[in-house]
Amino acid sequence: MRRASRKSNIGASALSPRDQHELLKDARALLAPPARRLFLRHGMTLGGLVMLSGCGVSNSADAEHLLMKVSRFNDKVQAWLFDPNKLAPTYPESMITRPFPFNAYYSEAEAPVVEGNGFFLQVSGRVERRDIWSLEQLAALPQEEQITRHICVEGWSAIGRWGGVPFATFLERIGADRSARYVGFRCADDYFTSIDMPTALHRQTLLTLRYDGQTLPRKYGFPMKLRMPTKLGYKNPKHIVEIFVTNDYPGGYWEDQGYNWFGGS
Amino acid sequence: MSTAASPADGGLHGADVSRQTVQPSWVRVTHWINVLAVLVLVTSGWRIYNASPIFGFTFPKQITLGGWLGGALLWHFAAMWVLFVNGLIYLCANIVSGRLRHRFWPLTARQIASDLVAALRGHLSHDDLRQYNAVQKFAYLGAIGLLVLVVLSGLAVWKSVQLPLLRELMGGYDNARIVHFFAMAGLVFFTLVHVIMVALVPKTLLLMIRGR
Repeated sequence: MRRASRKSNIGASALSPRDQHELLKDARALLAPPARRLFLRHGMTLGGLVMLSGCGVSNSADAEHLLMKVSRFNDKVQAWLFDPNKLAPTYPESMITRPFPFNAYYSEAEAPVVEGNGFFLQVSGRVERRDIWSLEQLAALPQEEQITRHICVEGWSAIGRWGGVPFATFLERIGADRSARYVGFRCADDYFTSIDMPTALHRQTLLTLRYDGQTLPRKYGFPMKLRMPTKLGYKNPKHIVEIFVTNDYPGGYWEDQGYNWFGGS
Repeated sequence: MSTAASPADGGLHGADVSRQTVQPSWVRVTHWINVLAVLVLVTSGWRIYNASPIFGFTFPKQITLGGWLGGALLWHFAAMWVLFVNGLIYLCANIVSGRLRHRFWPLTARQIASDLVAALRGHLSHDDLRQYNAVQKFAYLGAIGLLVLVVLSGLAVWKSVQLPLLRELMGGYDNARIVHFFAMAGLVFFTLVHVIMVALVPKTLLLMIRGR
C-alpha cells in the first residue's frame, strides 16, 4: 500500500485532490499509531533495559514515554534558541558538493514521478486564499537563490545550490495566518512533515523549484522542495503537493517514529 | 557533608584516614551520575556514528544503545542534559568549596613527569588517599577538560547555525564532528585507564562510594 501510493502519479490520478487528501488522511490515521508505538520496541537494546531498570523505569514503554517527553522539551529549547535574524552560512559555487547526494527512505529509482503539466499545488488550513498553484504561477513569483549546507540527521553534510520562492513571500500571497503554530507539508511519496512558523518565515527558507540552475530534478524533489538551512535534512520535504497552515500538531513521517520534531541546526 | 581534606591536615595517617571523609557526598553523587550519563552518551553516540561513519569502521551494534538512529538520538539528547547539569553542579561546587584549588594545585609538568616515571616503576605510594599524585591530578583535570570539549563540540554539531562562534571555533560543522569524536575517544581511553587503576588500588572504589 505504501509502495503503491509512493509510485502513484499524483498529477494524472483519477481521484480529485480532495479525495486523495481524505484517502491519505484515513490511511495515515490507520498507520500512524502503531508505527508511533513501535519505534523503541524494535529499538531498545538489552543494555538500555538493564540500565533503566536500575532507575525504576521498568519497561520500554515507560522509557519511550520519558524519552519523548525530553524530546518535546528539546523542541521548546530549540524554538527558544532559534534566532529569526541569524543566517546559515552561505558558500561559493566552487564548494558545491558534486554530485549532491540523493537521500530518502527509498532508492533513487523509487522516487515519485510527478507530471509537471497539469500539476497543481494544494493550499489549505488557516489561509485566506486556498487557490491551487501551477508551477508556472510559482515560477512567476519573486525568486531567490542560495548555496547552503544541507546537514543530515545521520551526521553527513553536503553543500548545494537551490533556487525558488522565499517561503515568507509565498505565505504572504496565500494570506497565511502568521500567528498559527505550524505549517504542514504533504508529499507525492508517503512523506509528510511540519515546521514551526518562525522557521517558515525565516529569510533563508525557500520553496525551491530549481537546483543548481536547472528545474528541480526528480531525485531532488520535483516539483518542489522546501529548503531550510536552519533545519536538518528530514525537515526539508521534497515532492510537495500540499501545504497547509494549522494549530493542530501535524507530526511527520520520521518525527512520528521518534526523530526530534523541531530538528533545528 | 564535610569539605575536602586540605594539605594542612596532611599529617594524619593510617587509622585516622579511614574515619575521615575524603570525598564529600556531592563529589560521589556527581561522579556516579556522570558515569551513567557518559555511559548512555557514549553508547548511543556510537550508534549515531554508525549512521554515517567518519572513519572506515563502525561500532558493533551489540555495544550500542538505541537500536536505530532515532532511538539513539533520543537517548543522546536526553542524557546530554544529565551530563550538562551534573557537570555544572560539579564544577561550581568544586570552585566554590575551594576543592579544585586544594586538590589539584599546585601542578607542574616536572611533577607529572616524575610521578609518571615512579608510577610506571610501581614506586608510587597510594597510602594517603586524601592527596592526589601529580599523574592523578593531570588525568582528572584532563577528563574535566575533555568533558568540556565534548559538550562544546557537541553543541557545535547540534546547533551549528545558531551557535556560529562555537562552530567556527571547532573549525566548521564537519570538523566539529571530528572534534566530538576524538573528545569521546579521549574520555573512553581515560575511563579504561581509570578503571584499571581502580582495580589495582581497590580501596579507591570504596572511597568513591562511602567517602572514606
